[in-house]
Amino acid sequence: MLAETDPGASGAPHPLAPVPYSVRAVATETPDTTTLVLEPVGSRRIGRPTPGQFVMLYAFGVGESPIGVAGGNSDGQLVHTVRNVGKVTNALSHLTPGDTVGVRGPYGHGWPIAEATGRDLVIVAGGLGLPPLRPVIYQLFAHRESYGRVEIIYGARTPKDLVYYDEVQSWRRRNDLRLQVTVDAAGRDWYGDVGVVTTRLPDARFDAGRTTAFVCGPEIMMRLTAQALVGRGVAPDGVWISMERNMKCAVGFCGHCQFGPSFVCRDGPVLRYDRVAPLLRLREV
Amino acid sequence: MTDETDPNVVEAVREHPFFHGFDPEFVHAICRQAVERHFAAEDLLAKEGSVAEVFYVVLEGKVALEIGAADNPHLTVQTVGPGEVLGWSWLVPPHRWRFDARALKPTRATALHAEVLRRTLAGHPAWGYQFLVRFMPVLAERLENTRIQLLDIHAR
Repeated sequence: MLAETDPGASGAPHPLAPVPYSVRAVATETPDTTTLVLEPVGSRRIGRPTPGQFVMLYAFGVGESPIGVAGGNSDGQLVHTVRNVGKVTNALSHLTPGDTVGVRGPYGHGWPIAEATGRDLVIVAGGLGLPPLRPVIYQLFAHRESYGRVEIIYGARTPKDLVYYDEVQSWRRRNDLRLQVTVDAAGRDWYGDVGVVTTRLPDARFDAGRTTAFVCGPEIMMRLTAQALVGRGVAPDGVWISMERNMKCAVGFCGHCQFGPSFVCRDGPVLRYDRVAPLLRLREV
Repeated sequence: MTDETDPNVVEAVREHPFFHGFDPEFVHAICRQAVERHFAAEDLLAKEGSVAEVFYVVLEGKVALEIGAADNPHLTVQTVGPGEVLGWSWLVPPHRWRFDARALKPTRATALHAEVLRRTLAGHPAWGYQFLVRFMPVLAERLENTRIQLLDIHAR
C-alpha cells in the first residue's frame, strides 16, 4: 500500500525530500542572527517562493527548521535570516560559504499583495518579523505606482537587534514611503524613536478605509498592532498576520502546527486577522 | 516665569492636539506664566529628583525619557515628540521628576507652570475633570506600553 502512495516510488521527488543548496554567503545581522544566501547545487531547485512563504531548511545530521523566505531571485537564489534559538538554528547559524544544506518547499500561503493593489499599505514588523516582509517591500518598490501611501514601521528590542540596518536606512531615503524605526529601549547612542511599535501608529498616515496591513512579529505584538489598526478604522479583513507555530512536516500531514481549525503550514503562515482574532485571545491554542 | 500671558503661547497650546476641544478660557488660564522654551540636542528638560515645576507641551523635536539601570545609567525607555505632552510629576506629590528628559534634537516646547496648573484644576473642578479625562488615556497608554516592554516580547 505504501508503495502505491509513495511519490518516491513513481520516480517523482518525495514531498519531504530536501533539495541540496550551497551556502553562497553569510552575513551576521546581530549577535544571534545570521543571514544566509543559498544557491542550488545542481539543476534541481525548489519552486520560486512568493513573499510570505517559508521553506524547511535542513542542517544535515541535525534536523529541519521552518524558516521564512527573506529574498531570492529567478536563478534560484534564496535568502534566509535565522535566529540562533535551538539545535537546528544553531547549526544553520554556523554554516559557512561552501557548506550544503537541504531545502524543501516553498510552503504555505504568503502575503496577498495582489489584493492590496490600489490601496494604502501599512507594513509593521517586529524583530525578526522583518525578513518575511522584506520580499513584500521589494515587490512594492518594483511596482510602487500600483499602491497608495505606504507606511513601514519596524520595531526591535534594542538598536543592536535591528536587522538589515544599512538596507533599512536606504529605504529611509525614498520619498515615496514613510519609514518609522523604533526600539523598546536604547542607550544614549540612539537618536531614533523609543517605544513599542504600536506607539508609532498614531503618526502613520493612511486612509483607513482603503488600507491593507501586513503585520509580522511576536504574536503579542501582532495582536496589539492589529487591534490598534482596527482601532484606527482599518477593516479587520484588511489586516494580515503571519503566524509561527511548531511546524514539522510543513505539508499538513502531522498536525503539529494546528491552530484552531487551521494548519499554519498549509493554511498559513499568513492569515487574515478577522479569522484568527478569537483564537489569539485563547491560551494553549 | 512671568505673570503675563503670552498670546503666542496661548495660541500654540490651543493648537496642540492634546488641548483640542478645551474651553479657550481654560487654556488661557493655564497659560499664565507659561513660556516657550528651546532646547539644543543633549539639553535636559527634566532631571530625575528635581522639583517638577512645569508640564511640557512638545511642539517640535524629540525628547528621550531616561532612567538609570544597573548596566546602563542612561537607558531610554520612551521618546516623546510633537503633538505629545511630557511629565506627570507636576501633578502627583511630591512633585519631583521621576526620570531624566533629554532633547535628542533641537526641541521647542511650551512649559506650563505647575503651580498655575494645579491651582486652576483645583479651583475649577469641571475643568479639572475634563483635563484628567484627557490626561488619563495618555498615562494609561504609557502604562500599557511599559507592560509590553516588560514582557520583552522580542526575546521570546
